Amino acid sequence: MMSLESIPIQAFLIVSSALFCIGIWGLLNSRNAVRVLMSIELMLNAVNINLMTFSSFVDNNLIQGQVFAIFVITVAAAEAAVGLAILLSLYRNRVTVDMESFNLLKW
Amino acid sequence: MSIAITTQIICFTVLSLIIIIGALGVVLLESIVYSAFLLGGVFMSVAGLYLLLNASFVAAAQVLVYVGAVNVLIIFAIMLVNKKEDLKPINDIKSRRIISTSICLTLLSLLIRVDLTNVWNLSSPQNSIGEESTVRIGEHLFSDYLLPFEVASVLLLMAMIGAIVLARRDVMSKDISTGLPVDQELIEKSSEPLLTNKN
Repeated sequence: MMSLESIPIQAFLIVSSALFCIGIWGLLNSRNAVRVLMSIELMLNAVNINLMTFSSFVDNNLIQGQVFAIFVITVAAAEAAVGLAILLSLYRNRVTVDMESFNLLKW
Repeated sequence: MSIAITTQIICFTVLSLIIIIGALGVVLLESIVYSAFLLGGVFMSVAGLYLLLNASFVAAAQVLVYVGAVNVLIIFAIMLVNKKEDLKPINDIKSRRIISTSICLTLLSLLIRVDLTNVWNLSSPQNSIGEESTVRIGEHLFSDYLLPFEVASVLLLMAMIGAIVLARRDVMSKDISTGLPVDQELIEKSSEPLLTNKN
């Protein structure tokens, strides 16, 4: 076995790719609207892992990727708050969280 | 990072296994409450990966914001909308599953191929600033990223007001459609839903 100085960058990238694809699968297949929001959070976390990996391996002196990750975390928090508020008002109007019944904009 | 490479590899393997299995649990488990708590575990493990990448500040921010705020918000939302309901069956669910799963697997194989075949232009590790990253992030936020930083604060304010307006029950004193005075009590009462399907 060859000796490593550190964990290879590919390992982090593969974990983040897998997390992103699981998030997309959940986004496409969930019936429950809360689970859709959770899948979006998973995808945002995958993107964050990517940013942090490149920040650590490619740009480890200026670490601009970490600043980007902090902005992504900020936007994700805002998105979660607004998304759950929209979900609450949807639930109040339709008394369900089933994604299939939110078809008002369907053509 | 001054941890031995064997320890790093063990930590990385454990954390990535928790991330992948936990994420699969989040999307596959039947009970939404289990999903929410598994999501907290996934967020914690992602924070652990950040620690392996020499980013202690972002790891702390991840724990505070995701586990402390977003996950709690999701659990509260589950508490507020958790109603046992029998979902209407979809007739072409099997073909949908097949198509979406194949799309996801194709995307995953594409991404993994890019990850493995690309030649990454890595910088030398002795350039690393390591534990000084918190200081460097502060410098970035108050010099070249000052405008995005201020815009982010406006965004958070907008999100806060927007969430309050959307989640509040009755903003007006009179109901628009019926003209009756709206009751402003805090206790939720059963009311006629506005947009329920007639069929």
